[in-house]
Amino acid sequence: MKTATFRIWRGDAKGGEFRDYTTEVSEGMVVLDAVNQIQATQANDLACRWNCKAGKCGSCSAEVNGMPKLMCMTRMSELPLDRPITVEPMKAFPVLKDLITDVSWNFRVKKKIKKFKPRPPDALDGTWRMQQQDIDRVQEFRKCIECFLCQDVCHVLRDHQMHEQFIGPRFLIYVAALEMHPLDTENRIDELRNTQGIGYCNITKCCTKVCPENIEITDNGIIPLKERVVDDFYDPLGWIWKRLKKMLNR
Amino acid sequence: MSDYETHEHDVLVIGAGGAGLRAAIEASAAGVSVGLVCKSLLGKAHTVMAEGGIAAALANVDERDNWKVHFADTMRGGQYVNNWRMAELHAKEAPDRVRDLEAWGAVFDRTKDGRILQRNFGGHKYPRLAHVGDRTGLEMIRTLQDHGIHQGIDVYMEHTILSLLKDGDRVVGAFGYERERGRFKIFRAKAIVLATGGIGRAYKITSNSWEYTGDGHSLAYDAGAELIDMEFVQFHPTGMVWPPSVSGILVTEGVRGDGGILTNKDGRRFMFDDIPASYKAQTADNEEEGWRYCQGDKNARRPPELLTRDHISRCIVREIKEGRGSPHGGVFLDISWIKQKLPNSAEYIKRKLPSMYHQFKQLADIDITEQAMEVGPTTHYIMGGVRVDPDTQISRLPGLFAAGECAAGINGANRLGGNSLSDLLVFGKRAGEFAAKFAKKNSLGKIDNDKIDITAREALAPFERAGNENPYQVQHDLQEIMQHSVGIVRNENEMKPVLERLKEFRDRANGVRVSGNREFNPGWHTALDLKNLLTVAEAITCAALERKESRGAQFREDYPNRDDALGSGGLGSARVSRAGDGVLAIADFSWAFDAQLVWHETTLQIQRKFVAARRRNHHARRVRYPGISR
Repeated sequence: MKTATFRIWRGDAKGGEFRDYTTEVSEGMVVLDAVNQIQATQANDLACRWNCKAGKCGSCSAEVNGMPKLMCMTRMSELPLDRPITVEPMKAFPVLKDLITDVSWNFRVKKKIKKFKPRPPDALDGTWRMQQQDIDRVQEFRKCIECFLCQDVCHVLRDHQMHEQFIGPRFLIYVAALEMHPLDTENRIDELRNTQGIGYCNITKCCTKVCPENIEITDNGIIPLKERVVDDFYDPLGWIWKRLKKMLNR
Repeated sequence: MSDYETHEHDVLVIGAGGAGLRAAIEASAAGVSVGLVCKSLLGKAHTVMAEGGIAAALANVDERDNWKVHFADTMRGGQYVNNWRMAELHAKEAPDRVRDLEAWGAVFDRTKDGRILQRNFGGHKYPRLAHVGDRTGLEMIRTLQDHGIHQGIDVYMEHTILSLLKDGDRVVGAFGYERERGRFKIFRAKAIVLATGGIGRAYKITSNSWEYTGDGHSLAYDAGAELIDMEFVQFHPTGMVWPPSVSGILVTEGVRGDGGILTNKDGRRFMFDDIPASYKAQTADNEEEGWRYCQGDKNARRPPELLTRDHISRCIVREIKEGRGSPHGGVFLDISWIKQKLPNSAEYIKRKLPSMYHQFKQLADIDITEQAMEVGPTTHYIMGGVRVDPDTQISRLPGLFAAGECAAGINGANRLGGNSLSDLLVFGKRAGEFAAKFAKKNSLGKIDNDKIDITAREALAPFERAGNENPYQVQHDLQEIMQHSVGIVRNENEMKPVLERLKEFRDRANGVRVSGNREFNPGWHTALDLKNLLTVAEAITCAALERKESRGAQFREDYPNRDDALGSGGLGSARVSRAGDGVLAIADFSWAFDAQLVWHETTLQIQRKFVAARRRNHHARRVRYPGISR
């Protein structure tokens, strides 16, 4: 049977090193299978997160040969087996142990985003009417499995560590899904500009490239949001019109 | 001494899948403080894997649908051993629970007139499943999560509960550890809701993740609650079989709901060959009619591929055993054939089943719009679980509630696809509501420090042992034996020895050693989960031995027929509970609840008839399995 060598990062917040493990490779195997196999037979205490093993839960994010990937959806047949395959934790978040990072920042960020606020029901029975074409875009954003790979590759977070000023692509499309929801009546444009740092995104599209759900994060989500911010804050005609309206209302 | 970090809540919910989140939301809406403990990160629980949809008689697609039809479908699918009151509440309340989700931001697929779209599914008479493509579970868990985080619920992610704490008979807390640093914690609560999901990890081929080790089943059992229906383990007919590393991963029933067909190696649609009598009248007898049904023809009957899961799994096993299987030991599931019927079939399939398309393309190099998939049965769900009161979800222990997969009753001997998500919502809500009520009426109980010390000592023992038993190996061997001997087809000769083997496994589990330290150590976590797996394995095996008939998910080669004396009136269930030291007792086939259902399928009339005097029918007796359970 074929074998492969895995160079897996082992360590914790204080530091660590790559260690080599050799394991058998069977047909159709994915990287997560190999990591689980190593865990079961050679390193019982190797820490990694996983759940569904089918690309639906977004738990097993890691960097395989330097690329941010879901380990469960990365097939061994895509990788060159003549040299060691490196597996290391995501870099945008603090390491806890081995392949596990502290992603709690993401949960804190989400909590700060204004929640969904629907308009009153359309029908007497308390239900709403929406056309499929009006929700296609929102459904695209709601495919997000919260693997945080987009956060991992975003240079604003990864290289500049601006976690306090910028919410990252995951939460920009979360805001986009709320803002473009046909029933939602909340306005989140102010925070997008002022506290959530949408201006820091300079549309390098790295997030879109790594999204395992193929969400067009930049084109369909972030850019339209940027346009809304521009409309609200930087359009001179719009600015005059708003001032005028305010005066008339007074 | 118990100077461990202690958290206090009115209601503690264990498990953060659909049922746990829904319970937590409801409890906190009632104004009590809520703690929510989960083994993984929030939003990763198995609900996220649910694909097909949420069964609810909204009647948006077929106006003939209503709660009574849904109720009848659920009872028929469960072969009449369901708790009828739960089936009634479930069918009545599911539509409102789906509407809750919409009000909280869920975006379901739409009908032409803008309402929630519903799809066909196995065992459901009309198109009934509210869905979002084939990622309904993700939509549901995300909606609950995003709503829940604004409710002031304290979430303890990556925590595992090791035991429930009791004050007399009452459950008053839980003791566990956080995975990150391995530190122990005490949770004190006035009421506890178990929502821990299933037991799939007891089997080798499963669609379940590492989390599903029967924690809630085992915690409740150890604390003194009863388990019922444990013999009914659902094997979903369509799991992936190739490549080997992905075997067991689920292929949604939605494939068949949207026109997918099952064929053997000769290309024969073998499901037409064996249609149970109870479904004959509502099942198509030719391929043309089946297709018309999938296309929404209200006069057509549904294709046999949409029969119940228990039956289809058995038919698939038969095809494989008799040498008509696919090259890798499954059968074919083909949706690509619809290109003969639809001009834009590839687009249709990708729109209806996006994640299935993606899953096969990426994991198996198969384009499902062009080729057939290879599928076979995979352990998916357990109908059995904690015996609860149907209205309040309270167990027989004061303060202990259970909801979702770890509770039992709604599904009887076989669950219909789509009824799980609705079960989570309906009974998650009820559990949260009544747990909050219970909490308001009671104060915190006294914490049992001895129990905590014993649990902590047992939990740390694997670090100090001299042996070299590997926890993963024990789990693996247990999965092998359960898969082989207590699987889809069962008989006494195979199951009896399992009981002996389980005793050996108990010894092996007590001898596992783990290396490393307590910080995020999966080897240690696996070692601790073994206890729960063994408890459910025992309960399943004993209950399967006791039920000397074939019904729903339980198929006994040695008793191939249904014995109506065991289920007439729809209420026979084997109860498993602890009886004193080291004895697992089954008080079998007693009436599960005090009311008997008198139900006329034709008129759909339901009547409650009290039969308290007949609490035990002629099969009632007590069986003890000494020395198996610790």
